[in-house]
Amino acid sequence: MKIALSMPVSAAPALPGAAPLITTPIVSPGYWGTVWAQLRRDPIAIAAAAVLLLLVMAALLAPWLAPADPYKASMIKRLLPMGSAGHWLGTDELGRDLLTRLMYGGRLSLLMGVVPVAAAFVFGTSIGLFAGYVGGRVNMLIMRTLDIFYAFPSVLLAVAIAGALGPGLSNSLLALTLVFVPQVVRVAESVTTQVRALDYVEAARMSGASAFSIIRVHVLGNVLGPIFVYASGLLSVSMILASGLSFLGLGVKPPEPEWGLMLNTLRSAIYLNPWIAALPGAMIFITSIAFNVLADSVRSAMELRT
Amino acid sequence: MIFYILKRLLYAVPIALGVTLVAFMLVHLAPGDALNAIAPADAPADVIEALKAAYGLDRPLPVQYGLWLWRAVQGDLGTSIASGRAVAGEVLGAVSNTLMLAGVASLVGVLVGCVLGALAGYKSGSAIDRLATVLSVVGVSIPHYWLGLVLTIVFSITLGWLPAMGAGSDGSAAWLWDWQHLQYLVLPAATMSVIPMGIITRTVRALVAEMLNKEFVVALRARGLGEGAVFRHIAKNVAPTVLAVAGLQVGYLMGGSILVETVFSWPGTGFLLNTAIFQRDLPLLQGTILILCMFFVALNLVVDILQPLIDPRMVRA
Repeated sequence: MKIALSMPVSAAPALPGAAPLITTPIVSPGYWGTVWAQLRRDPIAIAAAAVLLLLVMAALLAPWLAPADPYKASMIKRLLPMGSAGHWLGTDELGRDLLTRLMYGGRLSLLMGVVPVAAAFVFGTSIGLFAGYVGGRVNMLIMRTLDIFYAFPSVLLAVAIAGALGPGLSNSLLALTLVFVPQVVRVAESVTTQVRALDYVEAARMSGASAFSIIRVHVLGNVLGPIFVYASGLLSVSMILASGLSFLGLGVKPPEPEWGLMLNTLRSAIYLNPWIAALPGAMIFITSIAFNVLADSVRSAMELRT
Repeated sequence: MIFYILKRLLYAVPIALGVTLVAFMLVHLAPGDALNAIAPADAPADVIEALKAAYGLDRPLPVQYGLWLWRAVQGDLGTSIASGRAVAGEVLGAVSNTLMLAGVASLVGVLVGCVLGALAGYKSGSAIDRLATVLSVVGVSIPHYWLGLVLTIVFSITLGWLPAMGAGSDGSAAWLWDWQHLQYLVLPAATMSVIPMGIITRTVRALVAEMLNKEFVVALRARGLGEGAVFRHIAKNVAPTVLAVAGLQVGYLMGGSILVETVFSWPGTGFLLNTAIFQRDLPLLQGTILILCMFFVALNLVVDILQPLIDPRMVRA
């Protein structure tokens, strides 16, 4: 630490003709800058990010890259094995090209992984900030109410809400968001309560800052980091749960291509062509492991600085 | 200690009440109502009214909730619309099957997780540490319904060693602890055990590595204690957290068994939930959710009470 600090100061004057460098202030990369620099040097994080980028690109560019039409069925080409001519990964139970459907399937599956977490991030942070900042009885009331949702195992809660609302894409997104909101609120509330008690927040209030500007400047800056880390860990949970709901028939409806639903419909074919049935699940696994590995790297990069 | 237990018990009561309210109200989120499952769409108005009265659906919601709760406390969860049998009986039968599956899975997962995590924590940076790290990432990332499918493909279809689905050749009428029945448990339990295994490995590894750096461990070694005695001290410090995590995992496995049960056609609560949802059997849905959540609340309570028995400092905290 000491060496790192004294390095630029002692080294700079020794260089002839480098005098202007000393007068210009050294630009600090800032908190997020150092986190970014940390991540860039982490080969595992880069690999995970590359895998995710590849999956996202394949899903986004599916209409241009995919070899076939995702809905075009063919009675004579049902359940072709992997490596068939014209169908690299074979065909599904209705004779549709599997590679195409896996690429298109990424659209809904990735969307269902990201949207509930993003929505829970926004709503959960708002509620948590409010509860933590207001404090007192209101905080008690909000947090004790949310404790009830903690008494539900998350898969059960998601299945129960999706089951009660009925199958469909928007209902399963809503169910997952409702599962994640209480968890995000809990993180946001505990950090807000901690920050609120700090002296500099007290000083800001004394100097006449409004509640809004205190939250925006002082609280939000401290709260966003931990929530971001927490939410990044939820991405893979959301993917697995969302595809799980589709697998149970509670999510996306056929004939939409979606990995969980494909796993469900191909399951009836495991005695005829077993390994094809495993492909959509392998996609979920790869995506979720990439999400988790990246989230772990982000977490350790951020903790190094805090 | 008694004061602590009382406090925990008192705290669980409002949670349990809240859970009953949510379990009751969830079902009323549904578009349309419970009658859709029983009455044909073109039923005359007076028939619908009669049915409503028979199921108590003509009363205001708070009254319905009160009545439902009052009967539930007495062990009456109503009548299943689909099968016409008492919900309580159906749920209890299914719960015992799920409990068996989740129990065996958690036992295996927690044991393997503890051993692997402790080894990894002791030998930080070694091959076994790397294996534990990989296993814990895989454990939390793998969609376990897919793992179940892959295990079925390998062990049932390709190798033909184990049955692919069900809970017994005789239609799951009676469970016996012999190989005839146990072989049906192997694949679903193995599938399910991966989740707690990954999380427990990660937790134990982190805790043991942290403890090894603590000054009290250095002091114990300096006083000449053998590794076995040092390990006992570490284990006692690690145990409360591991117990809390393991307790949560058992609850999650109970509540989340629907996916694995669907893959293996296991006749547990997941199967019941599936039936209830797709046949819109609302009393059955309410009853199953209620029982599973009450189980989870009770489990949390037991963990809360057990923790200070291992580490008395927790009572004061």
